[in-house]
Amino acid sequence: MEHPAFVQHAVLLSLVLFGLGTLGVFLRRNVITVLMCVELMLNGVNLAFVAFNRAAPGGTLDGQVLVFFVMVVAAAEAAVGLAIVIALHRHKDTLDVDAFSVMKG
Amino acid sequence: MDAILFYASAALAVVSALVVIGQRNPIYSAFALIVTLCSLSVIFGLLGSPFIAALQVIVYAGAIMVLFLFVLMLLNVKREADAPGRGGRALGGIAMALVTLLVVQGGTVLLRFQLVPVAEFDASTQKMARVLFSAHFLYVFEATSILILAALVGAVALARKEP
Repeated sequence: MEHPAFVQHAVLLSLVLFGLGTLGVFLRRNVITVLMCVELMLNGVNLAFVAFNRAAPGGTLDGQVLVFFVMVVAAAEAAVGLAIVIALHRHKDTLDVDAFSVMKG
Repeated sequence: MDAILFYASAALAVVSALVVIGQRNPIYSAFALIVTLCSLSVIFGLLGSPFIAALQVIVYAGAIMVLFLFVLMLLNVKREADAPGRGGRALGGIAMALVTLLVVQGGTVLLRFQLVPVAEFDASTQKMARVLFSAHFLYVFEATSILILAALVGAVALARKEP
């Protein structure tokens, strides 16, 4: 069926995507872009789950089920996160992460 | 043929992820993220997970990204402005990303992890449904519906205008 090296390379790709997402969270200053970078990190994790599940002995599907639940939580996170972004934009009229420092110690 | 598709999608995913984090205009970032998600869906399909591949397009590229684009266009987001102190932030980000890569890659090397795909693997939608609705996961599955309801109510409560 598929090439045996696919699983190993999929894990590598998931690492790269997670690293790029982490980099984006630090680099970008727009709240919505930061949320999108978090989605990128979640996708890296999902790919790792699918790849490791493909190599798991015994024909278990637990990795796939976990990906399903990660997707559900990501959808909920995006809905609530974007609602918070709308509320923040109404307060400060900007989306710059540095503007939201009311609770800074 | 499979190998070409796999590595082409992987390269496309990495390039569009670079566009996501390198782009100043959030709208372009969102479109690049859609490309990443779709190419990841191809990779899920090639790894023998058709159900996850379909969910990736329907839920992520369909629902979640439409929500992101809707908010971006609702708030009329402009390009990100230049700001001082970006160098330190970039260094911190690169350091964090490298540490993540090193920790996980080092872990796999130390454990001498050999990832070999198993011969008999069936992740069809029917098999997924059997696992998902088995006694093992049924209550977790039902709990996610409560989570979705809570997120719905929370989103409406947070985003509405103060009376």
